[in-house]
Amino acid sequence: MSHVTKGESVLEIAKSVRSKERKASEVIEAHLTQIESRDQELNAFNLVTRERAMQAARDIDERVANGQEVGPLAGVPVAVKDNLCTTGVDTTCSSRILEGWKPPYDATVVDRIAAAGAVMIGKTNLDEFAMGSSTENSAFGVTHNPHDTSRVSGGSSGGSAAAVAAGFAPIAFGSDTGGSIRQPASFCGVVGIKPTYGLVSRYGLIAFASSLDQVGPLGATVADAAAMLEAIAGHDPRDSTSLPQDAPNLTATMNDGVKGLRVGLVQELSGEGVAPDVAAALQRAADVLQENGAIVSEVSVPAVKFGVTAYYLIAPAEASSNLARFDGVRYGLRKDAENVFEMYDATREQGFGAEVKRRIMLGTYALSAGYYDAYYGKAQRVRTLITRDFATAYESCDVLLSPTAPTTAFKVGEKTSDPLAMYLNDVCTIPTNLAGHPAMSVPFGKDSNNMPIGVQILGPNLSEATLVRAGAVLEANQ
Amino acid sequence: MSEPLSQEVVRHVAELARLDLTDDEVAAFTDQLGAVLGHAADIESLDIADVEPTTHALPLTNVLRKDVVQPGLDRQAVLDQAPASEAGQFRVPKILGEEP
Amino acid sequence: MNAVETKTEWETVIGLEIHTELRTQTKLFCGCENNFGAEPNRNVCAVCLGLPGSLPVLNEHAVELAMRIGTALNCTIAPSVMSRKNYFYPDMPKDYQVSQYDLPINLDGSLALPDGSVVGIERAHLEEDTGKNTHVGGGGRIQNADYSLIDYNRAGIPLVEIVSRPDMRSAEQAKAYVSEVRAILVAIGASDGKMEEGSLRVDANVSVRRPGEPFGTRCEIKNVNSIRSLGRAIDYETRRQIELIEGGDSVQQQTRHWNEGEGRTHFGRIKSDADDYRYFPEPDLVPVVPDEAWKTRVANEMPMLPAARRDRLFEISPETHFDTVATVVDAGLDQLVLDVVKAGADARLAINRTANELVNDADAASAVGASTLAQTFQMETDGKLTATQAKTVLGELMALRGGDPQAIADKHGFEPVDTDALAKTVNEIVDAHPDELERLKGGEQKLMGFFVGKIMAATQGKADGKAVQALLRERL
Repeated sequence: MSHVTKGESVLEIAKSVRSKERKASEVIEAHLTQIESRDQELNAFNLVTRERAMQAARDIDERVANGQEVGPLAGVPVAVKDNLCTTGVDTTCSSRILEGWKPPYDATVVDRIAAAGAVMIGKTNLDEFAMGSSTENSAFGVTHNPHDTSRVSGGSSGGSAAAVAAGFAPIAFGSDTGGSIRQPASFCGVVGIKPTYGLVSRYGLIAFASSLDQVGPLGATVADAAAMLEAIAGHDPRDSTSLPQDAPNLTATMNDGVKGLRVGLVQELSGEGVAPDVAAALQRAADVLQENGAIVSEVSVPAVKFGVTAYYLIAPAEASSNLARFDGVRYGLRKDAENVFEMYDATREQGFGAEVKRRIMLGTYALSAGYYDAYYGKAQRVRTLITRDFATAYESCDVLLSPTAPTTAFKVGEKTSDPLAMYLNDVCTIPTNLAGHPAMSVPFGKDSNNMPIGVQILGPNLSEATLVRAGAVLEANQ
Repeated sequence: MSEPLSQEVVRHVAELARLDLTDDEVAAFTDQLGAVLGHAADIESLDIADVEPTTHALPLTNVLRKDVVQPGLDRQAVLDQAPASEAGQFRVPKILGEEP
Repeated sequence: MNAVETKTEWETVIGLEIHTELRTQTKLFCGCENNFGAEPNRNVCAVCLGLPGSLPVLNEHAVELAMRIGTALNCTIAPSVMSRKNYFYPDMPKDYQVSQYDLPINLDGSLALPDGSVVGIERAHLEEDTGKNTHVGGGGRIQNADYSLIDYNRAGIPLVEIVSRPDMRSAEQAKAYVSEVRAILVAIGASDGKMEEGSLRVDANVSVRRPGEPFGTRCEIKNVNSIRSLGRAIDYETRRQIELIEGGDSVQQQTRHWNEGEGRTHFGRIKSDADDYRYFPEPDLVPVVPDEAWKTRVANEMPMLPAARRDRLFEISPETHFDTVATVVDAGLDQLVLDVVKAGADARLAINRTANELVNDADAASAVGASTLAQTFQMETDGKLTATQAKTVLGELMALRGGDPQAIADKHGFEPVDTDALAKTVNEIVDAHPDELERLKGGEQKLMGFFVGKIMAATQGKADGKAVQALLRERL
């Protein structure tokens, strides 16, 4: 129903700001105006940081006027998922339990994007603590899909995906634990990259499941997402799981094409349960790659069928521990009570939403005495199986191809009553997180309801440049 | 682990997780968690005791920091974020029972 | 001990858990200062407060101190993993404690005690300390408090927990074990060893059984703040458990708190297997896998351990009492003693004088220096100074952190007493007190002091006490 603005590329915006063709303050003002005119309808933002953004833009303009360096993304608006810490700016994880909390520090990625010249325009909505696939589990309301507001934007980075799709910002931060960047990117028709685990710092990302979480970009185009990833990637000594690795150069080889690239269609992720329109788009994507010189074959990754099960034991287990600290003692919500333990019980009962409680319960159970070996321990072994099966597939393939999600965006409220059905929607994205590999979602056509379809390109560790190359070919030929 | 999840177990888990669940929540979670755990039957049957568990996606080891003092946070700024504080400390309702 | 000894059919079984704070500059996972006594919440940051989004990074020096501890306790240094121990308590900023669980850094060691017995070490693992709760109102007791205040300065301080096997059988042995561990921790620079400040904390697992029977149910005794208290607490607990069993009751597994003032333990809480900490590997930290090169470097950097240092002193003075030698070594003055002896002083005298006169200010003793000390001891050996005079000279040398012992002796007018003149004085005084002489001969030893006092007074304190006593004995 609604008109979706496709902005110009971020590198074009930055170039024009650096060359004084236009001012950063004009760019930012235009995007803020766009948000103010339409976000009531979408609810992509939890908070729009207008004053701060305009001040940052004016600073950039002053630096440009003084001939100072302003960075590769100078004046580019960026939307920040509200689970990334921002100094002095409310950071809520879309949860009541963090209401009013202002972090005393910036996430490393927030620092880096600012150092590259980008300007934060606001904090975007998400499923509470990133737990969900529809941004319906937010304490601050649903984020609607810009392509059809009766549908969800996906999740958990639904606010960021909707913001990019609506033209509120050409790039946005997401975080991806089991598909939370790629699936909303797919639902909203934008590009999303889940980087290799450890390529992007997690410092300042409020943890959901630490061994799976990874921050990454959502962009209007492959080039935008790639430019953003270049700006935020690279080693961070504050994150022990950060790879000793510089940021990759993605844009330099982005247009090198896919000639000779070995592409595997993952059988286990492209059959049963995949909507016909999605399956057709996937086949067309494979054809496009082949037409451009890639060698496409079918490949089996048997263990991925256990991915959802393993994920829904491991992620809640880690979450149950990560979310213990929200206890009403040091920050955020407190519900007073007679003694400290009753205070904990009341604060957490009232501060967390249903899905968060459900996962804390599931994870606590999976870790508890007598069940650890059967559930958490076993899931960690399945994780090894999945990584092994991927490794085998990558002996014969450079990248793999699958749908990002089995369906396009579903209706608001359609799956909220059945958690298991919602979880199964993550089947295509989850295996990547378990293996630690990178993957990206690229928009590729639309279904019969005119809703965007996303194709997922998967690769082995640190294959981001290859994914971007393949993504650029699909983008140019959809 | 194959027997159905009981409300007693759910209440015990809620106590471990420090959630004061309502009776309705206990009933709903018993069903929903039961369904998710039922779905986990697919891995229960896997005989993979000899497969090493993966706890980290990437095999990093020995990530260490030099023992050098770094500035911390301003105490007042920290306490300003707390629900209750007194005399430079965080204040909580009385603590029943010793540390477990 | 008496109550225990009368029940000879019972055997006490003791295992100890020693928590030691490590002497690092910073905390285990962040750059906050590791120091005792700062104002509340002055040494805190996002990491040790567990603020959302913060992440831990392991302190290299803490790992190396843990490796030193493992090396000193003859442990295997193994690949290790940090785990999370999950439970809610207000002194824990994250509501989990990062500790080592199934893969500790140090495994399977042993420690030989001075009496020759050997105590097995199960493990010595790294973990973070918790903050500190202060209970306000109700006399500061947890049960009656109105509310509590929390200081997180201590949260995240590196700890090593040394877990012994249940190999000890008496309070004396347990005390010797803690003394030895403490001496080692201080010697290798891992700890300041201060039990009063809580930087060294000991929990005792105590049970009783009849010899040959399986282990009894144990109680964990907490809040023991000195080695002496440890001995008292173990003896008390042993009696309590024996009385329970002999009275037809059974011991319940529980924690108990030692109350030094009352000389008894109080019930803490029931410990059960239902304690469900939901341990799992800490995903924010990666394994520590020391390779041979690293282990070798740490081993090569190890200073000499207290037992070997004591042996060096026993070698030069085999007759000296163990406690005297241990006192010198624990004060870190053993090398100085060796230097003093090398410079010509009598070994036994040097050890005794060091243990009694110098240990309270090791820095001053070092400043005075080996040759000056050797000269002083030599003057005493040569009879130029009496014991009392030598102590006076040493006191002044220590106060001034150096000086010329001969000049100090001259200043005080210390000069050797003529032996013949002294014998004459002794005879005069003994002859003047025939009744007291008879009583001394009859075994009233305190009269020895009476005569020594009289003689010292007559010689204005210049007489050598030993010489006086020798002369007196000749008259008996």
